[in-house]
Amino acid sequence: MASIDIESVRKSYGPFPVLHGVDLTIKDGEFIVLVGPSGCGKSTLLRMIAGLEEVTSGEIRISGNRVNDLAPKDRDIAMVFQSYALYPHMSVADNMSYSLRLRKTAKEKIASAVGAAATKLGLDPLLERRPKALSGGQRQRVAMGRAIVRQPKAFLFDEPLSNLDARLREQMRAEIKKLHADLKATSIYVTHDQIEAMTLADRIVAMHGGIVQQVGSPLELYDTPANLFVAGFIGSPGMNFLEGRYVVSAEGDGKGASEGAGIRLSDGTVVPVARRTDIQPDAAVTLGIRPEHVVISDTGMLEASVDLVEPTGFGIILHLSLHGLPFKIFTLDRDALSAGPKVRVDFPRKYLHVFDEKGDRAD
Amino acid sequence: MRPGKLLLTGAHRGAILVYVVFALFPLFWLLKVSVTPNDLLYSEGVRMWPSRTTFEHFDFVIAHSAFPTFFKNSLIVSGATAIVVTILASLSGYALSRFSFKAKYWIVALMLITQMFPLVMLVAPIFRMLSPLGLTNSLTGLVIVYSAFNVPFATFLMQSFFDGIPKDLEEAAMIDGATQFVAFRQIILPLTLPGIAATLGFVFTAAWSELLFALMLISGNDAATFPVGLLTFVSKFSVDFGQMMAAGVLALIPACLFFLLIQRYLVQGLTAGAVKG
Ligand SMILES: Nc1ncnc2c1ncn2[C@@H]1O[C@H](COP(=O)(O)OP(=O)(O)OP(=O)(O)O)[C@@H](O)[C@H]1O
Ligand SMILES: [Mg+2]
Repeated sequence: MASIDIESVRKSYGPFPVLHGVDLTIKDGEFIVLVGPSGCGKSTLLRMIAGLEEVTSGEIRISGNRVNDLAPKDRDIAMVFQSYALYPHMSVADNMSYSLRLRKTAKEKIASAVGAAATKLGLDPLLERRPKALSGGQRQRVAMGRAIVRQPKAFLFDEPLSNLDARLREQMRAEIKKLHADLKATSIYVTHDQIEAMTLADRIVAMHGGIVQQVGSPLELYDTPANLFVAGFIGSPGMNFLEGRYVVSAEGDGKGASEGAGIRLSDGTVVPVARRTDIQPDAAVTLGIRPEHVVISDTGMLEASVDLVEPTGFGIILHLSLHGLPFKIFTLDRDALSAGPKVRVDFPRKYLHVFDEKGDRAD
Repeated sequence: MRPGKLLLTGAHRGAILVYVVFALFPLFWLLKVSVTPNDLLYSEGVRMWPSRTTFEHFDFVIAHSAFPTFFKNSLIVSGATAIVVTILASLSGYALSRFSFKAKYWIVALMLITQMFPLVMLVAPIFRMLSPLGLTNSLTGLVIVYSAFNVPFATFLMQSFFDGIPKDLEEAAMIDGATQFVAFRQIILPLTLPGIAATLGFVFTAAWSELLFALMLISGNDAATFPVGLLTFVSKFSVDFGQMMAAGVLALIPACLFFLLIQRYLVQGLTAGAVKG
């Protein structure tokens, strides 16, 4: 169990910078999820913490000790690979006990540790098998088992579930969550999967282009995304964006002149928003609203044409064009299935996000 | 099966059969001549099998010629070369496969260049180098020369086997607490057994049948290897085909045994199940 501090860590492969100064403090026992588009440097960061990649500059500390120059074996961390990386010439039991055998642990201790881990993961009947005689899900469990037999300071996961089918992924996700509640080990988890990130994380770290965009609890990232990137990345289907200008006027929405701020869209419609203090009147801004927050109503202020109706079973996704731009609505209302060629929509003020010209959140 | 498919399968099998016959026919001829009595060798015309067979050639080669010495020498030289080369090539192949270092490009280029020269060009310089060291006329000298010639190719061979083993495996081992060398020895090497077997087999046969350097560096029967020994059956006026072929058949035995020994590693796909299947 340990805290992990990452301080202005940079990484370049030759002349190509990959990470541009990452700062992150991970508390003891915390579950951190790294998300971001492909190639943004998530794996690189994880592998630097593991000691598999050199740190170009900056400092990584585990339990307060600088580990930049420590070999992976001396960092006392465990890692679960996307490919599982099970040793094919060893049985499941030997795979799980390899780290303990390398540490010359006593035989009885190994047996009890492997036994306990196997029971926890339901691997008892498989201990004598070779990895090639296991299903994907079972291999995944063995990889988890290999990580938990010795109690390491931290667990690193690089997309551990991405090779499993949806149902199994759901099941393993719950197991990982239970395991974490059980072991309370500091964990860093890389994933592409929104739901994994939202459900597992104590805090999510959203990365883009080698830069950390926002760190916060899942709901913080969902409710108050720090910039356009996070707003568009978190949530599925993704947030809708509309370009416009911030206006302060008496028009407002007619409900109260004191709140007379709005976003003027290209067609002249003014969408009322709460007054923002950190943008100037007439500045170019981007308005964001999540598909599930858009309200369909006959008296809505904007009209959109319906391009496509996608029932997902749980709800319905409507693909619209608004001023010629793609726009999505997610609704649980089955009536939307028979939506006409045109619908009118409203944007509840409390669900609107405004981003300034640079793409940063404006409050 | 549809008739078209049947025909195709038949043609396929037929083609393989033709190839196998073509490849094995010289070996069959070797065997045939080795059991043909001398008086029938030229008198019967071209026949697939002599009317009378004899083992007198084998008897002579084993009991009355220096062949057992040649045989032993060849075994020592080929075995030692195979082991030395395989050890060196697994280390260097691993380095080329896994590490990136400054001179890598030049080392690879240099190794390729060594493969470009006809060996005949090198006979004189090598003789000049070995003779002051007392390594001519010695099996050690041959082992050194053969190893030097085989290491580059064997390195590339081993490198390709290491390339086929996912890097994740040794990274997992290193995180589990192994040093890179321990990971190499305990995780990677066992998975490379097919590659090691292939390299051993390749180098062994190459050394076993090498004639040029054996002929140039060795004089006299004591340190001669078997390909050199075969030439003793050629005299000024005649070639003793029967005895030569008998020696040849005997020389095939160790190579066959060797491949029988390693074939189970050659065909085994040990990496199955390492990563997601
Ligand atoms: N050995 C390397 N040499 C040069 N560039 C590399 C090397 N390894 C990774 N990169 C680059 O570093 C960047 C980050 O890679 P990384 O694997 O960390 O991405 P990632 O966020 O894990 O992506 P994914 O979600 O696809 O796994 C990529 O642009 C990649 O091209
Ligand atoms: Mg990755």
